[in-house]
Amino acid sequence: MACTVEEKQRLQDIARELRLTIIDVTAWSGGAHVGGSLSIVELLTALYFKYLNVDPERPQWEDRDRFVLSKGHAAAALIPVLSKRGFIPEEELKTFNHFGSPFAMHPDSNKVTGCDASTGSLGHGLSIAAGMGLAARYLKKDYKTVCLMGDGECCEGSVWEAAMSIANFKLTNVITIVDRNRLMIDGFTEDVMALEPFAEKWHSFGFDVIEIDGHDFEQVCSALEKGWNATEKPVFILANTIKGKGVDFMENNVVWHYASADSALCEKAKASILNL
Amino acid sequence: MSTITGTTWNCYDSATMTPREIYGRTLAELAKTNDRIVGVTADLAKTTAIVHFANAFPNRFFNVGIAEQNMLGIAAGLAKAGLIPFASSMAVFVSMRGGEQVRTDIAYQNLPVKIIGTHAGISFGHAGTTHHCTEDLAIMRSIANMTVICPADGIETSLAVRACVDIPGPVYIRIGRGFEPPCYPDENYGFTIGKAIEMVPGTDITIISCGIAVLQSVQAAKTLLEQDGISVRVINMHTIKPIDREAVLKAVTETRRILTVEEHNVEGGLGDAVASVIAESGKGCVFKKHGIYDQFATIGYAEDLYTHYELDADGIINQVRSLMGRDYEADENWEDE
Ligand SMILES: Cc1ncc(C[n+]2csc(CCOP(=O)(O)OP(=O)(O)O)c2C)c(N)n1
Repeated sequence: MACTVEEKQRLQDIARELRLTIIDVTAWSGGAHVGGSLSIVELLTALYFKYLNVDPERPQWEDRDRFVLSKGHAAAALIPVLSKRGFIPEEELKTFNHFGSPFAMHPDSNKVTGCDASTGSLGHGLSIAAGMGLAARYLKKDYKTVCLMGDGECCEGSVWEAAMSIANFKLTNVITIVDRNRLMIDGFTEDVMALEPFAEKWHSFGFDVIEIDGHDFEQVCSALEKGWNATEKPVFILANTIKGKGVDFMENNVVWHYASADSALCEKAKASILNL
Repeated sequence: MSTITGTTWNCYDSATMTPREIYGRTLAELAKTNDRIVGVTADLAKTTAIVHFANAFPNRFFNVGIAEQNMLGIAAGLAKAGLIPFASSMAVFVSMRGGEQVRTDIAYQNLPVKIIGTHAGISFGHAGTTHHCTEDLAIMRSIANMTVICPADGIETSLAVRACVDIPGPVYIRIGRGFEPPCYPDENYGFTIGKAIEMVPGTDITIISCGIAVLQSVQAAKTLLEQDGISVRVINMHTIKPIDREAVLKAVTETRRILTVEEHNVEGGLGDAVASVIAESGKGCVFKKHGIYDQFATIGYAEDLYTHYELDADGIINQVRSLMGRDYEADENWEDE
């Protein structure tokens, strides 16, 4: 089994803490992309607390696994997870967005310890991940590269250029994940620019497509395990999620793509997370 | 301007609305009397406020999802069929992500696509460097056929949006993110594309600025006159291209000191456009380009960044004071050159 009962409990506890920190960051920063941060909590937790071989003592260690958050606007989830994993003192998160801080609404690898790529302009991350995968092969290293994208992000043509390259170069050392929360800024993906049939698209591009519930640790872990062990085809994980997951009034509601800080609102959000 | 006859422009309130809000409302108003106007965006209808147009004219509006290259290519196709597309996204994405579509599909074919770039400069400072845009003026002004406008406030944004419809080719309009306090009390100050506006008369030095720097320059000029007795001329160079050469040359001969101020890299933007005019004139002049000094800006809220990079009134005052200490070469035969 990819994930034991005890392990699942451990990951769920971390995920709950992470959700609370995302709300704190929203308050400290003045506002954050809260919806798309809450939807990737289980994915990030499983990656950073079970799969990614990284070392906070050696953030630039050359054999480390790489993680590219292509949907960079979810920095409010990535940076807290790096903090919980030991890369960043939690106290520093209070500077988020403020003058001279290493932390902005989008992650900056020049400034954020443990962050492997500066992202925020959507549609760039998968190409960067493909480059990291090609480099690993050439340098005879066995690190993995994981790239997490948004579903709306997949409107960008560059995503498909990268997808074609990963299949063409048979980069089984790159694991591609899409956070399929079905929302973008202006509405539902299927109303703004339809992506379906989405799994078929990735399949036809040459990926081994694994569709999961992105909030279920057993499914997340089993998909990542397949990704880690891929030898024939690169793995694509289609993670069905809920934007705003864990905060009842934010779930699946387009208005919570971004939330301004508001202390009453943050308290309400935290109460909802604790009730989960 | 035939296109706006009969329309009243009380569709916005410059005291309370951001320039992008005013852009969206102006466009919706404009489209009532011009059915060739169409709109495109890339998942930023609400963010760039083109949503006002979208709601009023849903059959003339196309949201292509997060795909700026596609958006600009589609705009080119719409324009080829005789329409006037307004394409809006953030400045960083329209100038760079879709840069070649702008250059080859739109500008090379000299199509009347109106490109609106919001969140320009460091106005979205806390979003981080991926969302800063201190390169767009340089990129856009180096593209042939392109008209480049950087309005000083919401009123000027509205005027620019209306005026650009009558330009036969492509136009780039650069606006910020937040609320910029109005520079002008009303619309009746004679806005014309390509014609600079003298905001403050002066004889000792000229500040040539654009965008948010205009109001700050005006405030700096006031303080400098009161505290230092320096007579500062302030020019709003809202059109970066074609630049108003006459206004620059007049400043060279009449004040012999020029400071340019822009929320942009000092390489390639307003400062360089003004520098070229001065250099080609053959006349000597104390000159400095002020802006972001060829670096990626740091993280922070826009207000803090404007202070840090000396783009606020106090910073501009410092710049003027230090420039007043520099001497130009006196030349007896100045008038004969
Ligand atoms: C190239 C680019 N265009 C536009 C944006 C502005 N933007 C930020 S988030 C977002 C929507 C993202 O939707 P999705 O990828 O589905 O992410 P999620 O819904 O999970 O937050 C957009 C359009 C951007 N960051 N980059």
